[in-house]
Amino acid sequence: MHKFIFKPFDEMTEKDYAMVGFKSGLEIHQQLLTEKKLFCRCPAGRYSDKYDAEILRHMRPTLSELGEYDGTALMEFKTKKEIIYRIKRETVCTYEMDDTPPFQIDEHALDSALAIGMLYGCTMVDEVHIARKQYLDGSIPTGFQRTAIVGVDGKIPYKNREIKIIQLSIEEDACREVSDIGHRRVYITDRLGMPLIETVTGPDMRTPIEVAEVAQICRRLVRSTGRVRTGIGAGREDVNVSVTGGTRIEIKGVPRIVSIPLLTYNEAMRQWNLLRLREELKRRGITEKSFKSKTENVTKILRKTRYQPIQNAIEQGMKINCVLLQGYKGLLRWQTQTDTYFSREISDRVRVVACLTTLPNIIHSDSSGDTIAASEWQNIKKQIGGKDDDTLVLVWGDEQDANTGAQEIVIRAKEATIGIPSETRQAFRDGTNGFERILPGPDRMYPDTDLPPKRIEDEKLEKLCLTLPNRIWENEKWYRKLKIPPNVIEPLAASKYTKLFEMLVKNSKLNPTFVAVALIQYQKRLKTYFPKAKQIEIETFEEIFEAFKSGIISREGIFLAMKSFLESGKLRFAKKIKSTELTKVIKDSKIATKKMKIQNEEKKTEILIGLIMNKVRGKIDGKLVADKIGFSGKGKR
Amino acid sequence: MATDEYKGYRGEALSTLKNFNALVWSDVEIKTSKGSYTGIILPRSETADPLHVVIKLRSGYNIGIAANKIQNIKIAGRKEAHYKIPEKEFPFDPKKPNVKLLGTGGTIASRLDYRTGAVIPAFSPGELYGSVPELADICNLETEKLYGVFSENMGPEQWRGTAEAIGREIEKGVQGIVIGHGTDTMHHTAAILSFMVQNSPVPIVMVGSQRSSDRPSSDAALNLQHSVKTAAESDIAEVMVCMFGPTSDTYGLLHRGTRVRKMHSSYRSTFRTIGDIPIAMVSTEKITPIRNDYKKRRNDKNVIVNTAFEEKVSIVYYYPNMKPDIIDSLIDNDYKGIVIAGTGLGHVNKPLYPALKRAKEKGIAVYMTVQTLWGYVQMYVYDTGRDMMELGVIPGANMLPEVGYMKLGWALGQTNDLEKVRDIMMTPIAGEITEREPSNGYLIFQGGIPEVEEFISKYRK
Repeated sequence: MHKFIFKPFDEMTEKDYAMVGFKSGLEIHQQLLTEKKLFCRCPAGRYSDKYDAEILRHMRPTLSELGEYDGTALMEFKTKKEIIYRIKRETVCTYEMDDTPPFQIDEHALDSALAIGMLYGCTMVDEVHIARKQYLDGSIPTGFQRTAIVGVDGKIPYKNREIKIIQLSIEEDACREVSDIGHRRVYITDRLGMPLIETVTGPDMRTPIEVAEVAQICRRLVRSTGRVRTGIGAGREDVNVSVTGGTRIEIKGVPRIVSIPLLTYNEAMRQWNLLRLREELKRRGITEKSFKSKTENVTKILRKTRYQPIQNAIEQGMKINCVLLQGYKGLLRWQTQTDTYFSREISDRVRVVACLTTLPNIIHSDSSGDTIAASEWQNIKKQIGGKDDDTLVLVWGDEQDANTGAQEIVIRAKEATIGIPSETRQAFRDGTNGFERILPGPDRMYPDTDLPPKRIEDEKLEKLCLTLPNRIWENEKWYRKLKIPPNVIEPLAASKYTKLFEMLVKNSKLNPTFVAVALIQYQKRLKTYFPKAKQIEIETFEEIFEAFKSGIISREGIFLAMKSFLESGKLRFAKKIKSTELTKVIKDSKIATKKMKIQNEEKKTEILIGLIMNKVRGKIDGKLVADKIGFSGKGKR
Repeated sequence: MATDEYKGYRGEALSTLKNFNALVWSDVEIKTSKGSYTGIILPRSETADPLHVVIKLRSGYNIGIAANKIQNIKIAGRKEAHYKIPEKEFPFDPKKPNVKLLGTGGTIASRLDYRTGAVIPAFSPGELYGSVPELADICNLETEKLYGVFSENMGPEQWRGTAEAIGREIEKGVQGIVIGHGTDTMHHTAAILSFMVQNSPVPIVMVGSQRSSDRPSSDAALNLQHSVKTAAESDIAEVMVCMFGPTSDTYGLLHRGTRVRKMHSSYRSTFRTIGDIPIAMVSTEKITPIRNDYKKRRNDKNVIVNTAFEEKVSIVYYYPNMKPDIIDSLIDNDYKGIVIAGTGLGHVNKPLYPALKRAKEKGIAVYMTVQTLWGYVQMYVYDTGRDMMELGVIPGANMLPEVGYMKLGWALGQTNDLEKVRDIMMTPIAGEITEREPSNGYLIFQGGIPEVEEFISKYRK
């Protein structure tokens, strides 16, 4: 059934992806641009690794609204983690520490979420209900994220079809993980509580490239509102991937859109190869029912091993468990992703659930690398009663962890006979991914009893609607018609200046290319001088263009005005020069050029113009100067 | 009004649901003028508006749909929620001590209430075990639900009932008693139980939670473990409050029932011993006494339960510009005792004097405590204090105002003879008045000071 073998990434075609039934959807997290956090009045967007204090908490699973425990919750509880939160006074108050109930939702954030929802063409909800979405990994000190749906059922055009937007929610951001070693996980809390929106698309993308392209469209669409944060970590994607016969797998926290294609390719390959593994197991007669395993304590046999990790473990008085997987010989070397094998699926589980975080945390008899001596494998095999077609897996740790580890090995190996377990997986830099936790379901939702539902009046939506920019795809079409430079079209459409552009071009009748270049390119150029400067506000640009229209400044003066604004934070316009003054400058410059030794006569005029412009730049249009001295302007300017 | 079938709905939303025969818990597709939604109709909070229908979408999220936009509701089925923690029988081990958990309510035992949308106390203490199985490692636990009320609704009836229940359990020979209680008035109940139940041979431990047990980060589980451990293993035979020491999940503190007070509206580490130090620290590992003058556990059953209580007692929290009519109205309403929380060392303004004189003449017991909470009443320092004593106001030493209120109610329950009442009031029964305030009995660290910040950065808060 699963005959197809995955080719290297570059060689995969659309047809290949169609063959495996590649399907992918996105969950896009985008921080909103607000002054304050979502449910408290802490300042938003101040990040630092420094901290003043630490607190320690544990998480316990609770029942969902419908009276059920969530699978992830139970898994996290098994791990028995100690969670440490690092706290900085300036950015965290008692709300984030879960020592104060939430304050009312930040209205600006809610408005932004509603506006973006409308931009996606969503059906907006009439009454917003804040829910608690359980996260027992500790990434939020309450153990849940406050989140609410604001719109459902939107869409964006892509190629010649539509990508569905299933829902758009507003929620608070989580902590950043600092470390996760053994039974202790450390978080820094600066990002905690930041308002963000989550946009969930349908599983409508058919190739890895499509996933990245749709992510780009969504990113640019929300940016065009000017209501979102930009920069590192302000936008993050979770990517859902499945293949025919597979399971929806969620890859969490992809920080860069460019890494999406390789990640989704590898995940599709992993699922496909796990399905092939199931077929191989079936061929060997191993099914969920007939699966057999055995676990034994083999610490004694390995007392004198020279394999360093186990030698160390024995010195520390740890226990070594051996799990026998009947009939699994060779299968731990079964390829799942690029340079990655089934043994890693098992190792990941042991790492996360049994908290055995020092790698290697398992070794197995299929391994071609250096492990324990062949004679030791033989002795273990004899003790546990293994046959030639079995595989042995060793796991070590203190008694409890070694036992949990052995259990997880059995659980994961058995799952291979069933298919692909529902998991969330974490993205790695090399484009592969690893197990993070069991995929949580709707059972982890619980209504937030701390805050009442919030009615959204139609009038509010109507008002917000007026602030919306045109959709980027509509604007891009118009810009192409206006023939503005191609490299400016996309950035302009995704910028917050689209309305301003429209006004300047339509109402003020300014040259579209000139306006677009001023809004986008000038700013880009200035960014190299002032890398830390914020984007120029729309109101500031309005003032600048007003000055231009009323003849206070020249075209060049626009650039200089922007520069001085970024430099000093104040708008200062260089006054336009009078023509008598210009005549004097020209005269002085002519005298100056005559004193120079210029060999190339042709350059003479250019140098003259250069001298003049140095004195009058921004105060008069360069073209007027050229006219005045009779320069035809065949050169650059 | 809505019946259970349309739980919480009223007005327009109710008539819309009735129109389509869509009961709560129906699995539906709702078509509106804006779009369609699929999910389960949930009950609605009675305090919410009559204009919206709430559904749980497939994703688990809830949203509200304006009833006036609903065009059609298609019903596909029904899925009713059963919010219930699996109740397991507590394992019995003859080698382990027997502990009784008496439930009165509060957030340690709470669940979602669809009627109000808020959290209500509803778990039977038995169900608590289902969620905190670690308790079985400590003791054999029996539970009994006495009441299911928010702590602000606790009153003389509940105090008496709880004291009597404690007496019965001691009579039966339990090794320790835990009382689940809402936190708001836990220190009031702790105080009255300290007077109503005297000479207990076993620990009596009050416990609650600041984050309800329906939250993963709840302090309920750890507080329960700490309190049950204290009841089962400690040698402290007093009425105590057992709540978080720091906000971190590290240890709890055992506060003497007459010196403890809730000091923050929402922090986990809200309970503090005032004007003294707590009796002990408790973790899941061990109990560490930090003083040794507590009453020790005994093998007898010689407990004294005395639940007499006079309800006509009031606390008057003095403020500048208070008018005498406040006191007059208590006199006219036949109050028998007044505890004043005065300013500073225990003062009120002159305009109140005539009213205080009236109170004395009418035989009302008036005691002075301090609203500074820390420190003693000292009415000799200023003339005004002496004047007031002339008017019959009795200084209540370092009794906390709430404790003074409880004790005066209890004392007036014993006798109407004001001299005898005075004797009872001024003779410490359970540490409510101490002879001396140790220098570390008043420590409110001031954030921002370098040495305090250094301390905070070193130890988990």
